[in-house]
Amino acid sequence: MSVLVISEHDNSTLKPATLNTITAAIEVGGDVHVLVAGKGSQSVVSQVSTIVGVSKVFVADNAVYEHQLAENISKLVVELASDYSHIMTPATTTGKNLLPRVAALLDVAQISDIIQVESSDTFVRPVYAGNAIATVKSTDVTKVITVRSTGFDAAVPEGGNANQVTVEQVIESNKCRFVSDQLVESDRPELTAASVIVSGGRGMGSGDNFKLLEGVADKLGAAIGASRAAVDAGFVPNDMQVGQTGKTVAPDLYVAVGISGAIQHLAGMKDSKVIVAINKDEDAPIFQIADYGLVADLFEAVPELESSL
Amino acid sequence: MKILVAVKRVIDYNVKVRIKSDHTNVDLTNTKMSMNPFCEIAVEEAIRLKEKGVASEIVVATIGSKACQETLRTALALGADRAIQVEAEDALDSLSVAKLLAKLATDENADLVIMGKQAIDSDNNQTGQMLAALLDYPQATFASEVVVEGGEAVVTREVDGGLQTLAIQLPAVITTDLRLNEPRFAKLPDIMKAKRKPLDVKTPEELGVEIKSNLEIVSVTPPPERSGGVKVTSVSELVEKLKNEAKVIS
Repeated sequence: MSVLVISEHDNSTLKPATLNTITAAIEVGGDVHVLVAGKGSQSVVSQVSTIVGVSKVFVADNAVYEHQLAENISKLVVELASDYSHIMTPATTTGKNLLPRVAALLDVAQISDIIQVESSDTFVRPVYAGNAIATVKSTDVTKVITVRSTGFDAAVPEGGNANQVTVEQVIESNKCRFVSDQLVESDRPELTAASVIVSGGRGMGSGDNFKLLEGVADKLGAAIGASRAAVDAGFVPNDMQVGQTGKTVAPDLYVAVGISGAIQHLAGMKDSKVIVAINKDEDAPIFQIADYGLVADLFEAVPELESSL
Repeated sequence: MKILVAVKRVIDYNVKVRIKSDHTNVDLTNTKMSMNPFCEIAVEEAIRLKEKGVASEIVVATIGSKACQETLRTALALGADRAIQVEAEDALDSLSVAKLLAKLATDENADLVIMGKQAIDSDNNQTGQMLAALLDYPQATFASEVVVEGGEAVVTREVDGGLQTLAIQLPAVITTDLRLNEPRFAKLPDIMKAKRKPLDVKTPEELGVEIKSNLEIVSVTPPPERSGGVKVTSVSELVEKLKNEAKVIS
């Protein structure tokens, strides 16, 4: 039994979710090998080589892999698949885009978004927006799995010493072309990896008012999130969205400001260790799950919170 | 250009899920069912492409029991031209659904398949990608903008760091994100007209697709209960509790 983990990176830095996926792979058991497919991604290869628990790193370095197009990478993974009992990748947008393509080419089912490994063939995953937890067992020859990063601790990044193996195959689809990226610049911690998150909802009233949250976030070293209502209202870009259709987070502290607590938002954050809600509506559903609730006008409470930290 | 839209009948998104007492699955008896919200967006996008003169025909398809015909009628009332129900169990796994859709897409000679990025019941987010793989079509998942011109679709996708734009050659598969569009409501006369639009019923045997699954549900349980905590009366009390009781800030 051995596990192939497909790493996620931007050709220079490894995405932290890969570390959580490696922990899940170690729990499955057997050798853990990691594929780094990209262009000029030698620094990523070095980062992966020192992760404790990884014994081999496959390096596929070619311009065709630069943007992680699923059409190319899926076939590359299938080339390597026959040696593995499990293929795993983080349940990020990149992983979700790629892995079902791999599963279909291998003619096996895929298990999405696991939060727990019961045994090498049995896994736990949330369904119905986190309102039910399913335990599923697969009898497929190759288990193809995406991993919810908040379900697993990060693997230790330093101390390992994996062998590097070059993969020569170049697979390029002429049916798909990368046009452009519009990425959002931010100095704050990445939402899915932050230990503290301050999130704003429709109650923020406007995009400018999100600046109110920045002061609190700076003092707490927090990432800033948003509810779908705030994103749909155009207050903030959608990559800040926490929820069933956005990012799933589980920080130590989640501060929900002006968020009512719709089911789709709760699905993305209710595994946080401590939840704080600041809302002027005392009947808001968010108070039913908040450890600490403050019924107050956020425009007074947030500046006060900032100055008292 | 012909568009195939795949839709799924699921528990209505406002309904609180009940889990069966024997923990075999969720209980769907007497529960309100609706079209999966991401599928509604797929139907709407297809209709808009037809209104722009890009598409000439919209075929809507679903895999499931007879009750799914209601979901197809909804899509027909919104503006789809024809419907196909593949008679099967309601909760087939994504790979089986993708195989059935692949056969329909080939038989219909569809230039574009549009479907939701995920169903809100199984939360799998797999079928569109699997379909694209089986057909060896390019894919554009989590689409928030679609422009079809000159035999290709230029699609803006919602990715973790922001947005990404791809150009994919037709025939192709596109899966929809919530921000792609705002679906319209069906008007009463359209609902009446939809009753007369053609709806074919096919079986997996007719399509030559073998249904098998190597995934078994061992149990379905409620998530750990999270109980409401305490209400604090002031910001200073909140900060004090976070520091000394919860110990999450220092």
